[in-house]
Amino acid sequence: MALTTLPDLAAAEAPVPRELVARKGRGDRVFFGGASFSGLVVLATMVAVGVFLAIQAADALSATGLSFLTTAEWQPDRGQFGIASVMIGTVLIALVAVAIALPISMGTALFITEVAPQWLRSWLVALVDLMAAVPSVVYGLWGLFLLQGQLIGLSRWLNAWFGWIPFLDVARADPNSPLSSASVYTASAFIAGVVVAMMVMPISCVVMREVFSQVPMGEREGAFALGSTRWGMIRVVALPFGRGGIIGGTMLGLGRALGETIAVLLIISPRFDINFHLLEAGGNSVSSLIALRTFESSGFGLSALMAAGLTLFAVTLVVNFTASWFVARSRSGASSEA
Amino acid sequence: MTAMLTPDPPTTVLPARPMPTAAPPQRRAVRRLSRNDVLPMAGALVSALSTTMLIFGRLTPLKGRLGFVVVCFAVFVATYAVLVSLTEDRPAVVDRVMAVLLTSTALLALFALFSVIIFVVVRGVDALVHLNFYVEDLSDTGPLSPLDQGGVLHAIVGTLIMTLIALIITVPLGVACSVYLTESEGRATGLVRTVVTAMTALPSILAGLFIFATWILILGYERSGLAAAIAMSIMMLPIIIRSADVVLRLVPGNLREAAAALGAPKWRTVWHVVLPTAKSGLTTSVILGVARGVGETAPILLTAGFTSTMNLNPREGPMVSLPLAAFELVRSPQPTQVARGFATAAVLMILVLILFSVARIVGGRPAGQLSNRQTRATVTQSARDLARIEARNGAPDAQVTAQLTELIA
Repeated sequence: MALTTLPDLAAAEAPVPRELVARKGRGDRVFFGGASFSGLVVLATMVAVGVFLAIQAADALSATGLSFLTTAEWQPDRGQFGIASVMIGTVLIALVAVAIALPISMGTALFITEVAPQWLRSWLVALVDLMAAVPSVVYGLWGLFLLQGQLIGLSRWLNAWFGWIPFLDVARADPNSPLSSASVYTASAFIAGVVVAMMVMPISCVVMREVFSQVPMGEREGAFALGSTRWGMIRVVALPFGRGGIIGGTMLGLGRALGETIAVLLIISPRFDINFHLLEAGGNSVSSLIALRTFESSGFGLSALMAAGLTLFAVTLVVNFTASWFVARSRSGASSEA
Repeated sequence: MTAMLTPDPPTTVLPARPMPTAAPPQRRAVRRLSRNDVLPMAGALVSALSTTMLIFGRLTPLKGRLGFVVVCFAVFVATYAVLVSLTEDRPAVVDRVMAVLLTSTALLALFALFSVIIFVVVRGVDALVHLNFYVEDLSDTGPLSPLDQGGVLHAIVGTLIMTLIALIITVPLGVACSVYLTESEGRATGLVRTVVTAMTALPSILAGLFIFATWILILGYERSGLAAAIAMSIMMLPIIIRSADVVLRLVPGNLREAAAALGAPKWRTVWHVVLPTAKSGLTTSVILGVARGVGETAPILLTAGFTSTMNLNPREGPMVSLPLAAFELVRSPQPTQVARGFATAAVLMILVLILFSVARIVGGRPAGQLSNRQTRATVTQSARDLARIEARNGAPDAQVTAQLTELIA
């Protein structure tokens, strides 16, 4: 009887994968040595910025300790300084900016990917990119000389009707008097925030558009096949699919808004008390504080500014990494860049 | 006879089906506007305008342009919804109204962009029309001098010098670093990529503060164009590296494999295949980095100093750039200085616009797709290569050539 005999697998030698050895030639070594070197230079530079800021800031931070976070004044020469007021100012401006930029950038991104006819799309994409490339000083000029005049009326109206909401109150203004001066409404965190929103909007919009354009065609057409209208499709397919991108893009914009200097510096009039009133004249931000005070500071004052800058950097860093985390974690973001 | 009797071999018989008479199914156009979309919209617009004029002029003491626009828009949306609901069901009404809302946010964004561009140019046009604005500096011009004296040539030149230095620093470093990130499989790539990503979050003023504290305070150099260019480079590097990294990763892997299969060492693959393929994308990323760097004001403010005279030496003396000049000029109370500031901003914006258009034209194509001119250049190059190879190895015999030609055809 002829039986099929299986070879004794255990006895046979287990197959050993061939070892692949790539010997690098001299050309490769020189070329990639150069590339690695420049990678290390970039790494070293970038780390040096952070480390240097930290070392320089240490002086000021050790002098004040935790009260650095809670003091509103900024008088380093008298040892009385902290970032409470500037940080709150920064965050307020950034929040106003994001609150305005979020609906506009989302609407624009959805318009580009879902509503606009094909020929218009590439133009819109280019224009939004152009918006991101317009220098911030240009936005600052526009905000200071054009927008501010237009927005005073809105500020006055908001104060008159919604003044009972604490942060929309303007202490020194009398909304009922038609003769009240407009100057109590100028140079406010609200106006600075609107201008910063112009810079934030394209940044968020780019991320959102990227995500919405990756909505799988099958799901899109599935929704249409089930009788959905276009908005129905957007609501049940595009928005859930792009949620990570929406959150990520918004936070990326928030990161940019926190660090904006020149536009804020042009518009706002600096003050150093904790001020939650958005519409009231005066406010401050960390970056405009640095821009204003660097030249008149020396030694310890500079160290204090570094500490403020370091705090700002830490906050933007956290915001940006959270943003990339949201984008990367979402279904749509696996292949896209934040 | 026998042949006659053999039955036909069995074949598949198709059942007789009526030929499709209807036109082939058309793709549903979800983006086109029909007459049913346009007419209610136009009607609602007219109605909204008239109603709002009535409200603002006659019925209530409301005033203000912003308020007018807002009220008009609200009335328009409401009227449009009512008009659509006469013929459509609820989901369709919601759909139309949302389409209107989405369109108006996009229009709002575009309106804002154009209002920025037009406003800055209009406010600056008084100074822009004078030729001297482009060929003189402000050294002999006081704040009260009329606009036909003085110009911002020093700022234009300053911007060009700073950008040039920044380019000399960032382009080799940035491209080499992105090659390191994508091609080298080095151990620290993850770390470098994370740190570069982190640095895109660096507020620009901190780059200036860093250079101010190291270069100027600790190393003792004066404020100069070089210091500003270094600060600018710190801002531009992460932008360039990140977009170059994306561009290089988009180069199709089979090109690399083909080069490796032909026996090219890795560096030749990168140098002769990957980088040329990604050339347009790399150019775009550099131009976008420059567009960002040129517009940076905050780091320049701390590092370059301000001057109204021409300074061609980046290593000594203050040097001013366009955004900084615009910033300083508009802070003056004199109307002529403000006009100069706006004109400077307009020049800067036009510069950015040009850079940006160039980037769009250069980088419009994905990696590996060539324009007609590039195709011609590639063909010429291959012919030259062929001639070179034949000169070295002798021409292949005629039969092989004929076969090859046939294959290619």
